[in-house]
Amino acid sequence: MHVLRPLFVFLAFIAIVLIARFFYVPKDFGIHERGYMYGWYRKSNEEEWKQVKVKYQGMEYCKDCHPENYKNLMESPHAIIQCENCHGPAIDHPSDPLKLSIDRSRELCLRCHTYLPYPTSNRANIRGIDPDNHNPGIECSMCHNPHKPNLGRSR
Amino acid sequence: MTRREFLKKTLIAGGSLVLSSSFLELIRPQDIFGEKQKATRWVFLVDTYKCVGCGMCVKACKLENEVPYDANVTRTWVERYIITKDGRLLADTPKGARDGFITSKVDLGRGEYKDIKPEEIEKAFFVPKLCNQCENPPCVQVCPVGATYQALDGVVLVDRKWCIGCGYCIMACPYGVRFFHPVYKVAEKCNFCYHRITKGLKPACVQACPFGARNIGNIKDPDDPVTKIIMKDRVSVLKDEYGTKPQVYYIGLSKEVR
Amino acid sequence: MPGFLSTITTLTINLGNPVVHGEEWTIKELFVYPNEYIYWSIQIVMYPFMTGLVAGAFVLSSLYHVFGIKQLKDMARFSLVFSFALLFVAPMPLLFHLQQPLRGIHVFMTPHFTSAIAAFGVVFSTYGAIVASELWFIYRRYFVETSLKLKNKPDRTFSENLKYFVTTLLTLGSYDISEKALHRDERAIKILAGVGIPVACFLHGYAGFIFGSVKANALWMTPLMPVIFIMSAIVSGIALCMLTYIITMEIRKLKASRPGIPYHLREEIRGVELHEIRMTSKYLIFFMIFAISLELLDLVFRGYTAVKSWDVLRSVIYGKDFTNIFILQYTVGNLVPFISLLMPGLTIRRAVITLLLVLFGVFMMRWNVVIGGQSFSLSFSGYMHYELPMIPHNIETFKEGLAGMLVILVMPFVLFWILTKIFPVFDFKATNSSH
Repeated sequence: MHVLRPLFVFLAFIAIVLIARFFYVPKDFGIHERGYMYGWYRKSNEEEWKQVKVKYQGMEYCKDCHPENYKNLMESPHAIIQCENCHGPAIDHPSDPLKLSIDRSRELCLRCHTYLPYPTSNRANIRGIDPDNHNPGIECSMCHNPHKPNLGRSR
Repeated sequence: MTRREFLKKTLIAGGSLVLSSSFLELIRPQDIFGEKQKATRWVFLVDTYKCVGCGMCVKACKLENEVPYDANVTRTWVERYIITKDGRLLADTPKGARDGFITSKVDLGRGEYKDIKPEEIEKAFFVPKLCNQCENPPCVQVCPVGATYQALDGVVLVDRKWCIGCGYCIMACPYGVRFFHPVYKVAEKCNFCYHRITKGLKPACVQACPFGARNIGNIKDPDDPVTKIIMKDRVSVLKDEYGTKPQVYYIGLSKEVR
Repeated sequence: MPGFLSTITTLTINLGNPVVHGEEWTIKELFVYPNEYIYWSIQIVMYPFMTGLVAGAFVLSSLYHVFGIKQLKDMARFSLVFSFALLFVAPMPLLFHLQQPLRGIHVFMTPHFTSAIAAFGVVFSTYGAIVASELWFIYRRYFVETSLKLKNKPDRTFSENLKYFVTTLLTLGSYDISEKALHRDERAIKILAGVGIPVACFLHGYAGFIFGSVKANALWMTPLMPVIFIMSAIVSGIALCMLTYIITMEIRKLKASRPGIPYHLREEIRGVELHEIRMTSKYLIFFMIFAISLELLDLVFRGYTAVKSWDVLRSVIYGKDFTNIFILQYTVGNLVPFISLLMPGLTIRRAVITLLLVLFGVFMMRWNVVIGGQSFSLSFSGYMHYELPMIPHNIETFKEGLAGMLVILVMPFVLFWILTKIFPVFDFKATNSSH
């Protein structure tokens, strides 16, 4: 019956797709723990994400080689700020990168110290300045030591 | 075999099967061998009273997760809300707060700014946002190829090698946390720093926050301090009307938050 | 590798503003989330437009084959071939849009059927199979006759050799053109045309479902979306077929007005043309009423129920997009052609203008849904303005700009011309002898 010939052509196409699929799709692709709706994926991808390199090491990583800065910082109100917040991620410092950057721009300090009097927000509790009126254009670190702000004494 | 014998044998076989499998309910092999069923479900806690809008979290996230620093997309961001005494709401998020909030001028887009005088402000606050790793993630539901998925511990991940870049997941997210990675050209979003939390570290944004506004925890662990706050204190979530069951909980979420 | 990791970090910091997809044609206003851009732009407008034409052309063809409306005979074969040409153009906007077009086959390899887009693989293949099969049955006699004729010819030119090769291949090895066999062909055509109507509707309806099921988008989410899409798809399909039919008939008239050709042949063509157009326009009116009613119903419901998103939607529909929706789509694209078709004494010239306006109206509907849905932020407190890239300066602005749009618009006609070499549409002999 010649009427079925187009159907055979169509079935041949499907067969080709299925064969291609067998070679192309990774073997660990399937339905995993969360079911078909939320768990249809390639399982080995989970491990790939776990293998991403950790870049930020945390303050304890810096302590041994930079004891003075660490000690000063810990005794100041800036103890809550991670070293890497201002200096960038340590990664494998000191082997790679050899040096971390020192950012002396005003914008870094103004993140917290532009005074914004916002009722109900913790921002209003941070002592700050108006950047347009307080020594505009001059680096903050000219007068203030970030590791040892000690503003209490200067008042 | 007669009909009676057949029925008898079937009943005995069936009954013994039921009995022995119910034994497995009393003593579960997984418990004996120490393997816990779904022992971890990551949840996040944001305290908007503590957030000062310094944007250190955004900077840390971009560098930790290799999202191009100058690209105008980010896995996490902070929004500023200012409510004036005459009832106006202004909100902005300049570069997602990558550089913090260093001016009182509110960014209105198209190069326009509006400065609000302190005496006009009724209340103002900062709201950090990130992927909610929803319990019913609509983004995973709409992925046509299975490139995005939810792991057993609740984190929603994207397979960079399989994503075709159709953007359906980006359209489906009610919170706007997804975007196209400018370099890899696939879908991208916050994954709670999966490479860090699976090693016992904190996500980069949690570690970076000087004021403790961000916290991560395991809702399955009753001794986790984050879990205790979520269970016993008053917390809320974003846009719960969509039925996504988001797992980022907020303290101090005001009605004006979009 | 010394310095490798620090290089990575430096690169990350100093990559010099790599362009974010969507940033070049999106302008944000007021409060918009940082990652929000108009991601689904012109090519996603083109895709439902194209699949709509596919569905509409097929339904028109089936009106003849299934319901035996004999006056549509000429139009029927024409629209079927055109539908097939459109079918090959339909995936092109998607390939232009995908950030990873080479991975497009993943939709066939690992379909996630909880997603409407995954239906593309199944629906597209099924519909393609149906149209191809139906065309085969219609043209089988022509293939057999041509193949046998060329087989016996001693000296064949290159093009004749090609024709011989193609038609022999397309006979699929069955050379029986007896009355009984042809009768079986006719039955097969009828069945395929009947089965194909719901499949064609599904091919476009699923596109409507893609939008209608996105709960995150306040404008898109409505159960009416699939139906609205199908109705306006049929409108556009009928309009396009009528338009292309007119163009081809005019070309035939031009050929028939050469000296030496009897006058009455030209008159015959003109008479048939006018008759077919007047007949088909009645169906066009019917579907236009259906389409506009659904859209107005959706609008009225939204205004009445006034849920959380209504404030921002209202400001978009009645403010920002007022011209696009009410002037361009509803008035120019619907009301004016509607009145024109209802007025008595429809001439070919008036029909051409009307049909172009109808196609424009359908295009604007797709535009208003896709672009309109991304005109407001998820925050409901901000807006995004879309600027179609006119002059391409990189691959992205080519693919998702005016240039890419024009390529897609032109392709159906190019492919149609190629297909008529295999499936002749205008040969009078083929018209009368085959189906």
